Amino acid sequence: MKILVCISKTPDTTAKIAFADNNTKFAADGVQWIINPYDEWYALVRAIELKEADAATAIHLVTVGLADTDPIIRKALALGGDEAIRINADSHDSYYIASQIASIAKEGNYDLVFTGKETIDYNGSSIGGMVAELLDLPYVSLATKFTLEGTNAIIIREIEGGEETCKVQLPVVVSCQKGMAEQRIPNMKGIMGARSKPLKVVEPAAMDTFTSIASFDLPPAKAGVKLVSADNPEELVRLLHEEAKVI
Amino acid sequence: MSVLIFLDQADNNIKKSSFEAAGYGAAIAKQIGVAAEAIVLGTVNDDLTTLGQYGVTKVHTVKNDALNNVDAQVFTKIIADAATAIGATVIVFSNNFNGKAIAPRLSVRLKAGLVSGAVALPDTTSGFIVKKNVFSGKAFANVSINTAIKIISLNPNSFSVATTSAMAEVIEFATTITDAKVKVTSTDKVVGEVPLSEAEIVVSGGRGLKGPENWGLVTELAKLLGATTACSRPVADIGWRPHHEHVGQTGLAIAPNLYFAIGISGAIQHLAGVNRSKTIVVINKDSEAPFFKAADYGIVGDAFEVMPKIIDAVKKMKGIS
Ligand SMILES: Cc1cc2nc3c(=O)[nH]c(=O)nc-3n(C[C@H](O)[C@H](O)[C@H](O)COP(=O)(O)OP(=O)(O)OC[C@H]3O[C@@H](n4cnc5c(N)ncnc54)[C@H](O)[C@@H]3O)c2cc1C
Ligand SMILES: Nc1ncnc2c1ncn2[C@@H]1O[C@H](COP(=O)(O)O)[C@@H](O)[C@H]1O
Repeated sequence: MKILVCISKTPDTTAKIAFADNNTKFAADGVQWIINPYDEWYALVRAIELKEADAATAIHLVTVGLADTDPIIRKALALGGDEAIRINADSHDSYYIASQIASIAKEGNYDLVFTGKETIDYNGSSIGGMVAELLDLPYVSLATKFTLEGTNAIIIREIEGGEETCKVQLPVVVSCQKGMAEQRIPNMKGIMGARSKPLKVVEPAAMDTFTSIASFDLPPAKAGVKLVSADNPEELVRLLHEEAKVI
Repeated sequence: MSVLIFLDQADNNIKKSSFEAAGYGAAIAKQIGVAAEAIVLGTVNDDLTTLGQYGVTKVHTVKNDALNNVDAQVFTKIIADAATAIGATVIVFSNNFNGKAIAPRLSVRLKAGLVSGAVALPDTTSGFIVKKNVFSGKAFANVSINTAIKIISLNPNSFSVATTSAMAEVIEFATTITDAKVKVTSTDKVVGEVPLSEAEIVVSGGRGLKGPENWGLVTELAKLLGATTACSRPVADIGWRPHHEHVGQTGLAIAPNLYFAIGISGAIQHLAGVNRSKTIVVINKDSEAPFFKAADYGIVGDAFEVMPKIIDAVKKMKGIS
C-alpha cells in the first residue's frame, strides 16, 4: 500500500491577520507557521494508523512550497511520514498546486491520496477534487472515517445534516476532516529519525494558473457589543426582535 | 452565452442554499447581460417553474434516480456537458458539501478558474474579480479569474435574494449517465432539524455549561426559535454533544443570521467558524471573555440564572405560556 499525503503550511491559528504591499500580500513577518491542522491531525495521522496496521505501507508526503516549508515537512516526517517531496514553488492558485501534486502522484502510482478538508488560510477546499480529476480517480470529500477492506475503502463522508457511508475501489483521493483520527504529538524518536528521512526537492513542472489574488481586505470592525443587564433578559429578547430583527 | 447554476437537492427537494445560488447566478447574468439557466440532477418534487422567481429562465433536468446520490465524477461529466451545450461562461455552485466535491473537478474538466467561498457579486468592470473569505473569515481576498469560463461557489447565507413572479421553462437535458465508482451503501441523517450548515438561527453551548445534563437550556431555546444547536470543540471532544455540532476552525464554519453563544469563551479558533454570523449574542459570566469583542449583544451573567429568564421572555414574545 502506497499513500500520498498532501501537506500544506498555514499561519498558526492565533496569528494576527494583516496585509502588506498595498494589501496585496499576507504580512508574514513574525508569523509562526504550522502544518495545516486538517492535513496533520486527520490526513497524516490516519495514514500513520494504516501503516501501523500494515507495516508494508509506505507514506509519502508532498508539499508545494518554498524552502521555508521545510520545517513543516520535517515535522510531518517526525510524526510518521517515510519520505517527502517538496515542489519548489509558491502559488495560491489551486489549479497550479493541484497540477504539481498530480504530476508527482502519477509517477508514484499511489493507492491512496489524502488531503486535508481545506487550508485554514486560503480556504479553497479544492485541491483534492482537482487532483482526483487530473488523475481521473474517484474522489470522496470531507471524510470522517476511513477503513480498508481488501482493495476497497469504506468511507464515511459528511453531507448536509448527516453522513453517508460509501464503498470505493482503490485508488481513490480522499479529503480528510475531524473524526478520521486524533491529533498526535511527535516524540523524540520521531524527531531524531526525521532528520535522516529523505526530503527530495524538485523544481515545478510548467503548469497553467487559472486565478490570481488581486488584493485583500479586512472585514469592517464590529460596532461594539450592546450589553444588557443580567436582571433584564426581556430587554435582550426585545432587541433581537425589534432592533436586530433576527427572531 | 449564459450563466449556469447547479441546484443541489437533498431528499428530492432543492436545498435552501441552492435558491440563494440561483438568485446570485441570475444577478451575475443580469450584470453581464446573458441568460441565467439552471441544472437539477436526480428526481425532485419541487415545481421547478418557480425558479423563475429567482431570475432563472430555463431549468435543465436529468430525472434519474441514479442521480439522487451525488458522485462527483458522474455529476462533473453531466454538468460539463450541459455547460458546453448551452455555452455557459459562468457556472455557479453553493459552497456546500456537494459544491465542494463537484466544483473543483469541473474546474479541471473545463479549464475554468474556480473561486470557492464567494461572498459578493463579481466585479466585472475590468476583468472578473470575486471576493471570497480567507483566513477562516478573518479577511477577504479579491481573486481574479483569468480563464474564459469562470466557476464560483457561493458561501451559504451571504447573498440576499430578491424574488419576482416570473416562471422558468423546464427542459429535460439529454445525456448519458456514467456509473458511479463510489457506491453509497447507507445514509444517516438527523431528522426533523435544519442542518447546521443551512440554519438561520444557531444556539450554541460551551464548556461553561458544565455538563451534558444542562443542555436543556440550549435545546429548549433552540426549539422555541426554530434553531439548530451547535457547540464548541471541547464540548464535542469530551462527548457532551455529537461531533457534527462542533463549529470553528476545525469544525464547521457557519454564517447564520443569529448565533447565540452560551458559556463559550470565544477563542480565536471558535470565532473562525462563526464570525460571519450576522448577529452574535453572547451569554458569559466573565465580562473579560474574548467573545464579547466579537458580539453584537451580550449579557454578563450566569447562564444557569439568565437562560431560564430568556427562555421565558421568548415564550412570552411568541405568545406561548
Ligand atoms: C489548532 C486549534 C484549532 C481549534 N479549533 C477549534 C474549533 O474549531 N472550535 C472550537 O470551539 N475550539 C477550537 N479550538 C479550541 C479553542 O482554542 C478553545 O479551547 C475552545 O473554543 C474553548 O471552548 P469553550 O469556550 O467551550 O470552553 P472554555 O474556554 O473553557 O470557556 C468556557 C466559558 O464559559 C464561561 N462560563 C463558565 N461558567 C459559566 C456560567 N455558569 N455561565 C456563563 N458562562 C460561564 C467562562 O467564563 C468561559 O468563558 C482549537 C484550538 C486549536 C489550538
Ligand atoms: N501547497 C500545498 N502543498 C501540498 N498540499 C496542499 C497545498 N495546498 C493545499 N494542499 C492540500 O490540499 C488540501 C485542501 O487545500 P485547499 O483546496 O487549498 O483548501 C489541504 O488540506 C492540503 O492537504
